[in-house]
Amino acid sequence: MFRERYGIFMSMDIFLQHLLNGISVGSLYALIAIGYTMVYGILLLINFAHGDIFMMASYFMIFAVVDFGVPVWISLPLIIVFTVVLGMLLERAAYKPLRSAPRMSIMISAIGASYLLENLATYLFTGVPKGYPDIPWLTAVINVGNISFQIVTVIAPVLIIVILLGLMALVNHTKTGMAMRAVSKDFETARLMGIKIDKVIAATFAIGSGLAAVGSVLWGAKYSSVYPLMGVMPGLKCFVAAVFGGIGNIPGAVLGGIVLGLGETLLVAFFPGLTGYRDAFAFVVLIVMLLVRPNGLLGEKTTDKV
Amino acid sequence: MKRKVMAVLLVAAMAASMLAGCGKSGGGEAGSASGDVIKIGVFEPLTGENGGGGSQEVDGIKYANQVYPEVLGKKVELVVVDNKSDKGEATTAATRLVEQEGVVAVIGSYGSGVSIAAGDIFKNAKVPAMGASCTNPMVTEGNDYYFRTCFLDPFQGTVMANYCTQQGYTKAAIVYQNGDDYSTGLANFFKASFEKAGGTIVSEGVIQTNDSDYNSILTNIKAADAEVIFAPSSITVAGAFIKQARALGIESLICAGDTWENEAIIDVAGEAAEGVVLSTFYDENDASASDEAKKFVPGFKEYLGGDDAIIPAVSALGYDAYCVVIDAIERAGSTDGDAIRQALADTSDFVGVTGAITFDENGDAQKNVAIVKTVEGGEFKYLDTVTVTE
Repeated sequence: MFRERYGIFMSMDIFLQHLLNGISVGSLYALIAIGYTMVYGILLLINFAHGDIFMMASYFMIFAVVDFGVPVWISLPLIIVFTVVLGMLLERAAYKPLRSAPRMSIMISAIGASYLLENLATYLFTGVPKGYPDIPWLTAVINVGNISFQIVTVIAPVLIIVILLGLMALVNHTKTGMAMRAVSKDFETARLMGIKIDKVIAATFAIGSGLAAVGSVLWGAKYSSVYPLMGVMPGLKCFVAAVFGGIGNIPGAVLGGIVLGLGETLLVAFFPGLTGYRDAFAFVVLIVMLLVRPNGLLGEKTTDKV
Repeated sequence: MKRKVMAVLLVAAMAASMLAGCGKSGGGEAGSASGDVIKIGVFEPLTGENGGGGSQEVDGIKYANQVYPEVLGKKVELVVVDNKSDKGEATTAATRLVEQEGVVAVIGSYGSGVSIAAGDIFKNAKVPAMGASCTNPMVTEGNDYYFRTCFLDPFQGTVMANYCTQQGYTKAAIVYQNGDDYSTGLANFFKASFEKAGGTIVSEGVIQTNDSDYNSILTNIKAADAEVIFAPSSITVAGAFIKQARALGIESLICAGDTWENEAIIDVAGEAAEGVVLSTFYDENDASASDEAKKFVPGFKEYLGGDDAIIPAVSALGYDAYCVVIDAIERAGSTDGDAIRQALADTSDFVGVTGAITFDENGDAQKNVAIVKTVEGGEFKYLDTVTVTE
């Protein structure tokens, strides 16, 4: 099984290529993981439909650019708006009515919403994959020596840092952010203190969905294939990333995403015989993490409210 | 109050569905034996990994049903079930066809894995099944009730390995999808033939279900300096795979099997798809084709709604699968499973769109011709017709 023909003695440029692949896929995981972690932090809900919102964002882009001929620079903000609206609608329809229901009900509702979106997309757009519109300033290939990469490969990690800083500022230094922190600390007390919980939750879904839309643009530029089940695997992986970094913690989600992306890529790089175990890696990491440090890398130890 | 209304509605819905369920199973039993329709099951993936290809196969079957709507003086009713590209769902769907719907024969499925999974159900129920494009040998092996209208993967693997050897390539990489019987089977048959012809496999990559990042596998292939990459996979994987390979600066020949003859791949990969080579079952522009084929091409294009896209080979195979089943039922003169099975086994030189069909003792159509195509100028272009006789 271990065919390490060139595993250990890998040339420098091939190693750098692997490293670059890892960081860029990790940054994409991070973008989507933030959406999971924020919703969890506030609602203690794992929004299983998050990966499918990401998928819908990709279809929005195809419709805007390919079917309606909207220029890319107008489509970008447009699809972010549409995705945010979709995320908020989903919250209104599937989660808000269950606000006071047991946590299990709202979880089941999330799974239902996920299936609904996947099947709706299959019904409306068929299962045949569609090509993501070409965005030259993201997809152009750059060659440095023997290393080739698309511009998006370098944009993704930079963007994730900018977004992380922005979110931290929002959470720590604005009124909305303060409300978010309060709600995540204690739901009931926050409500008693006059915080409009529904608004805070809506804002959280808006941010998460917006980031999913941004993620879908980078993802589309990099992987170019759009189909109804495209959100399933990123959804699962990013959930793992969020738990790994400490669910509820935004920098944790970013760290988790990057570690996961790098780990997966380097596993394949150093042990080519193990390519079949790539996904297993993510879930083994999850299990080990839950055993050793259930709160995740950056997660805080919390006293349970039960 | 609101809750009570909801509860009443839910109870009503449940009661209604129970009643509906009873009615359906009763009707199903009557339909197969003495009703005025003959039910044929269509067992295909409409959703999931192979949803795209499966729907195209169903298009061919539905069109065939429109052209030949009757057999034994009765109307043919197609019962389409979705096996969701999933082996677990496949057995449920197959069981539903034979037990609840009472179909007399089954057509499908796109994707060998689901066909293998459902094989025993059809066999035990003595319902003959006709695969259209499932190419893995195990589909019909040891199953007297499973037939198919297409060639097999050992043959297809040899065709592509021979093609690569003839082009002077000696170093190949293979990439296949984990848990996909079609993909792993075909890749291994290619490997065997390629090594037999004196070539070496320098890298092997495994793709995970629903994964879309192939950069790490491709970087390994780049490091191993493969001249050709053989990557039989679903159309969901294909486009993105080709595009990522080219973005990594890999200039090797990329080739695969029949699944890749699909417009969606060019749509997704764009210019990167240029030069890709694949083997397939059928060429719509074949001048030596039968009259049936010449009638099929314009007719089916019109059925699809005047799209000028090429006709997917799986649609043509779906059409043939339906026609050969109808022909067998007509010759059997009854809807008895064993009679139809015998008639199918006796089929000799049935003129189909994809060539003459005669089944061997395994139930496989004896086809030894494959078409090799390439992508040029954003279209699939005919490259070669390969005959392998062994």
